[in-house]
Amino acid sequence: MSGHHQIEIACVVCHTEPYGGDAVLQSACVECHGEALKAAEDSHPKRLFTDPRNADRVAVVDARRCVACHREHRPGLTRAMGVTVADDHCFYCHAEIANERPSHRGFAPEGCASAGCHNYHDNRALYEDFLVKHLDEPETLPQALLPRRNWAWVEQKKQPVRALTLADRDAPQGLTVHPRVAEDWAYTGHARGGVNCTDCHAPKSSETAERVWRDRPDETACRECHRDEVEGFARGKHGMRRAQGLPPLRPADARQPMRAAAQEKTLGCVSCHKAHRFDTRHAAVEACLGCHDDAHSRAYRASPHGRLWEAELAGRDAPGSGVSCAACHMPREAHKREGLTVIRVQHNQNRDLRPNEKMVRSVCLNCHGLGFSLAALGSPRLVARNFAGRPPRHLRSLRMARARLIEANKR
Amino acid sequence: MNPRPEPAALLVTSAILLSALSLLSFLPATGSRAGAEGRVTPRAMADAVHAVIEADRTVYTRNIVNRLQIEEKLIEADEHWKDEKALPLPSQMLRMGSELVAEKDIGVTYALLSLWPINKQNGAKTQAEKAGLQYIADHPGKNYYTEEELGGTSYFTAVYPDKAVAEACVSCHNHHKDTPKRDFKLDDVMGGVVVRIALEP
Repeated sequence: MSGHHQIEIACVVCHTEPYGGDAVLQSACVECHGEALKAAEDSHPKRLFTDPRNADRVAVVDARRCVACHREHRPGLTRAMGVTVADDHCFYCHAEIANERPSHRGFAPEGCASAGCHNYHDNRALYEDFLVKHLDEPETLPQALLPRRNWAWVEQKKQPVRALTLADRDAPQGLTVHPRVAEDWAYTGHARGGVNCTDCHAPKSSETAERVWRDRPDETACRECHRDEVEGFARGKHGMRRAQGLPPLRPADARQPMRAAAQEKTLGCVSCHKAHRFDTRHAAVEACLGCHDDAHSRAYRASPHGRLWEAELAGRDAPGSGVSCAACHMPREAHKREGLTVIRVQHNQNRDLRPNEKMVRSVCLNCHGLGFSLAALGSPRLVARNFAGRPPRHLRSLRMARARLIEANKR
Repeated sequence: MNPRPEPAALLVTSAILLSALSLLSFLPATGSRAGAEGRVTPRAMADAVHAVIEADRTVYTRNIVNRLQIEEKLIEADEHWKDEKALPLPSQMLRMGSELVAEKDIGVTYALLSLWPINKQNGAKTQAEKAGLQYIADHPGKNYYTEEELGGTSYFTAVYPDKAVAEACVSCHNHHKDTPKRDFKLDDVMGGVVVRIALEP
């Protein structure tokens, strides 16, 4: 599967036992993808197919196993979303759809999941009542703002810490530290949050009492406090190699177009966040465009979203009005922790990427109406132009939902 | 002074009593659920599973949904309960329970099905379901029991009537966009709970 090309060399990631059979392979899928499927309220979970009344369907497509539709190691068969079955696979079980829903008569059998109406797993932004709820929304909402990140504020509320200054730094005596490095630390978030040099460079270890200084700590240091972010990173395309004990990803390994100058860079926390300063604004755009060189990325700066971001950085627009790369590809998520709502950044850049309507609820609906969002995401040409322009057409599903609503109201 | 019974008479009486008791144990147990050698029959097991399902759902419908939605007007029950921050519908509560049981893989599954389903995937599919759902609709108060083979495994299949116990059941189904039937009344059989017990080969 193209999604696994980075780790395909590590057979044991999936083949955890040599002759383990289906159950072992299935558990390998679930270990990485299970949580996201559960969060998506999977429309076709395995339990649907373990029900004995569906035994006849399982005989045709054994949908209890991911690999029935997402077969591995067959690049010639593999298409978008790692799917290896024919696009009209819905018909195996839903052959009666034209009778059950006369509005669907004449629809192409291979169009169920590609027309922006249905998805096999994740229908959270597509189900009929959701369309109806958001039917008459404007293209852009009057209050078009992203939720503000507030993790540092929440942590301070839970346990206030004293901000540190240059004078407090605890790097070992005799270590040469460039003044810029010290200042980058002292005037930014980590010093403000009471995080000193040894907290990252010589973290406490459960294995040894002695704290050993490392000039270049890796993500294990970040994980002490930023566990969700590090774990998210490890689940996505950027970090999945490290997560399996392989050397970190380089742009040279990628199958997307990458800048020539960036080919040998390695990916980790500081490659985007830049050590000591940990400037999230740099991480949100400049870090991405430092490597990514595809049409969508090249079109970003001149795009409507790019201009909004530029305006926010320049102080011309409200915080949260700008749309960085991270705004869409690493959405802000609300988590309830001990009675407080924490807004954190999802570091699995892949989680809401494909099919792209997964982004609608986590990203687009902060600023745009549902119909406009679905129509824009449904136009590959508009996506390639980074949304410079208008969607060519609105989705038929909204018209159909409206028609059924009118009919229901008449009764 | 009471005469003490003769030892011989005692012995005879005890023998008669013991014989009678042992004879009784061979009679079919009409009140009890034990089959031969004290094993529980599939039918008894299905009845028991259904009794628990029905009881839990009734408690949920009356004490949670009816009370909080209709009496106290504190919260709604909605099909899309997560998005609407509402209570799950009683039928969804049953389905979610059946999903957890299915995951345990213990040979017991149950489903809420109907001859007039809102979601067509919950319509009668197997021969037993079609016959069972029709039977309970035609014979009020009766259950349907049969055996069927699905996917190479034999099942004891029981179908229990699911009645409209509250006005909310009737009005929602009658007005739903996808309902094939719009004239349900209180106490009508709206569908059935189908319980399947996998039989040992």
